[in-house]
Amino acid sequence: MSKILIRGAKVLGGEPQDVLIDGEVIEAVGTGLSAEGAEVVEADGKILLPGLVDLHTHLREPGREDSETVLTGTRAAASGGYTSVFAMANTFPVADTAGVVEQVYRLGQEHGYCDVQPIGAVTVGLEGSKLAELGAMHESAAGVTVFSDDGKCVHDAVIMRRALEYVKAFGGVVAQHAQEPRLTEGAEMNEGTVSAELGLGGWPAVAEESIIARDVLLAEHVGSRVHICHLSTAGSVEIIRWAKSRGIDVTAEVTPHHLLLTDEMVRTYNPVYKVNPPLRTEKDVMALREALADGTIDIVATDHAPHPQEDKDCEWAAAAMGMVGLETALSVVQQTMVETGLLDWAGVADRMSVKPARIGQATGHGRPVSAGEPANLLLLDADYRGAVDPAGFASRSRNTPYQGRELPGRVTHTWLRGKATLADGKLA
Amino acid sequence: MMRHLISAADLTRDDAVLILDTAEEMARVADRPIKKLPALRGRTVCNLFFEDSTRTRISFEAAEKRLSADVINFAAKGSSVSKGESLKDTAQTLEAMGVDAVVIRHSASGAPYRLANSGWIDAPVINAGDGTHQHPTQALLDAFTMRRRLIGPDAGIGQGLDGRRVTIVGDILHSRVARSNVDLLHTLGAEVTLVAPPTLLPVGVDSWPCEVSYDLDATLPKTDAVMMLRVQRERMNAAFFPTEREYTRRYGLDAERLAKAPGHAIVMHPGPMVRGMEITAEVADSERCTVVEQVANGVHTRMAVLYLLLGGNEPAVSHSRTEENK
Repeated sequence: MSKILIRGAKVLGGEPQDVLIDGEVIEAVGTGLSAEGAEVVEADGKILLPGLVDLHTHLREPGREDSETVLTGTRAAASGGYTSVFAMANTFPVADTAGVVEQVYRLGQEHGYCDVQPIGAVTVGLEGSKLAELGAMHESAAGVTVFSDDGKCVHDAVIMRRALEYVKAFGGVVAQHAQEPRLTEGAEMNEGTVSAELGLGGWPAVAEESIIARDVLLAEHVGSRVHICHLSTAGSVEIIRWAKSRGIDVTAEVTPHHLLLTDEMVRTYNPVYKVNPPLRTEKDVMALREALADGTIDIVATDHAPHPQEDKDCEWAAAAMGMVGLETALSVVQQTMVETGLLDWAGVADRMSVKPARIGQATGHGRPVSAGEPANLLLLDADYRGAVDPAGFASRSRNTPYQGRELPGRVTHTWLRGKATLADGKLA
Repeated sequence: MMRHLISAADLTRDDAVLILDTAEEMARVADRPIKKLPALRGRTVCNLFFEDSTRTRISFEAAEKRLSADVINFAAKGSSVSKGESLKDTAQTLEAMGVDAVVIRHSASGAPYRLANSGWIDAPVINAGDGTHQHPTQALLDAFTMRRRLIGPDAGIGQGLDGRRVTIVGDILHSRVARSNVDLLHTLGAEVTLVAPPTLLPVGVDSWPCEVSYDLDATLPKTDAVMMLRVQRERMNAAFFPTEREYTRRYGLDAERLAKAPGHAIVMHPGPMVRGMEITAEVADSERCTVVEQVANGVHTRMAVLYLLLGGNEPAVSHSRTEENK
């Protein structure tokens, strides 16, 4: 059946409407649409949003298939309402050649749960010293537009400058993991009162802020576009705000966990809270929420970082950094942004779909919910309340900080170009 | 009743005083011809040392043996950090062998906390030093030494250290001894001042229950006990201070500088001392220096902790932070 009628959905949180999908596109949006020849999905006032776009996902394939694969990662994405994910380059081998990015891209196409757009490394092997073949990756079948050494900072100012200049030739963007390496040697958590008490190596806010300040100035100087990954401090927000007021072409993202959790959680020494950049303070969390609301921070990106159990079920110092996020992102945003009144659902669609698609040039995603547009959609039961149970995750890894925590909202349906990848909470 | 001793911050004043009072009892055992109590007969204690520390390990071993416990020494040379899973595996191996308590030393802050709270084992865990976090039995032996010297062994029974002024000097940033002492001494009513160059103080130290100063000379006249910490020469290469000589000039303790402190003030050091850098031989060997006593008191104090956690009928210590967070 190629026609689907979604009946009585609150499109972008508005009044209930019907949405008729025909094939890969939305045929009509309105009230009282005919169900003739269509499979009917009763939305019952659930929220309908454009399929989410994650500009920052770790799919781990190739190389760490024990933690995640393109298949399991995109199934997790579909469960969370995503129709497009950008896969970070820190795989083994590193995605620094056309061959690797094409492999990841094709696996995404074959599995069909979600469009996978590979991110290319900025430097060979993420080593920070020699530019990777950025042009070749762009011209490959994967059509790479976003480049990042995420996990590592492009810390050499000259290399960063050259990368920013070089990608202008094909409209690419460099996504920076802002972490001054010398200031974060031995860093295990946010540097502050909690780290002082726990005796864990501190990751100072200034190590993030100094790189962001440098990079926005570089972007201004060479007239290029820069994207800042996972902003985590109030000071970073101030720098982005200043840069935007000055007309610098910078965009920024925040993760769901930095909108909700603080470094107080580290008192448990439970490595499930170990993440890079680290969880910051309450003051930082509030500044990030406000910045996301007022548009200083452009988007929410998950930094979905799956790790096998043995990499987390150990002492803090030995544990890997990162947490999974695709399947809980929308719930966290609902709790921290919608239920606090900071964003409405249209705002959520903007920050989690429209803008990330625009930054990453994911044409076909982040489009309006209207006739003639690609049918990339999700249906959210925003009234749902329940504790997070990682046992039900589609991701191969379970390293979520929310186990047992009650979060609102549950994605019940996801459609990728008219095909249900998630229906009634079950993966296709 | 608390099952583990992970942090000095977990001890209430009553707990701490009970441990110090019990340590006085244990000290009397050391004066007997046969220095042994049957309290832990038939119990097995494992000293699980992931980080070298001959001094602390021998002290615990002596304490365990004087309480008639069976002792297993497990020296995991190097760190489990590079191997990830080995702390959990090692702990479960020991549990399977029927160990009744684990004394753990680890280079990673929080490793004893994880061992006690991750459901890996059931046995009580005693922290013998973790990373730059805590070393609670060191703080207890230091407090015991202070109480004996500043109040007196018998006069001190039932007492804290109210109003006593303690100055801790040196590498506070990397010191689990300093963290433990600040917590415990505050609990016992003492006034603590930390003295160090700003580079060797952690960001966030202003939230600790103590004073902070960069000036040792100004602090000494108001001091009843001055505790010198070891400063590793490697810190100099990491630019924490310019030269060894400059450090010694500003923060080293020699006889001339010590003369600024009141006549009754004692000098303490957790050892091992680097003579000539943080403390001169003249001061280290003087009557006022308690280093050797601290070593002896370490055995008494650890006996008290083991006795109360494993064998004692009295509640040793109340619910810890570790329990509350479960």
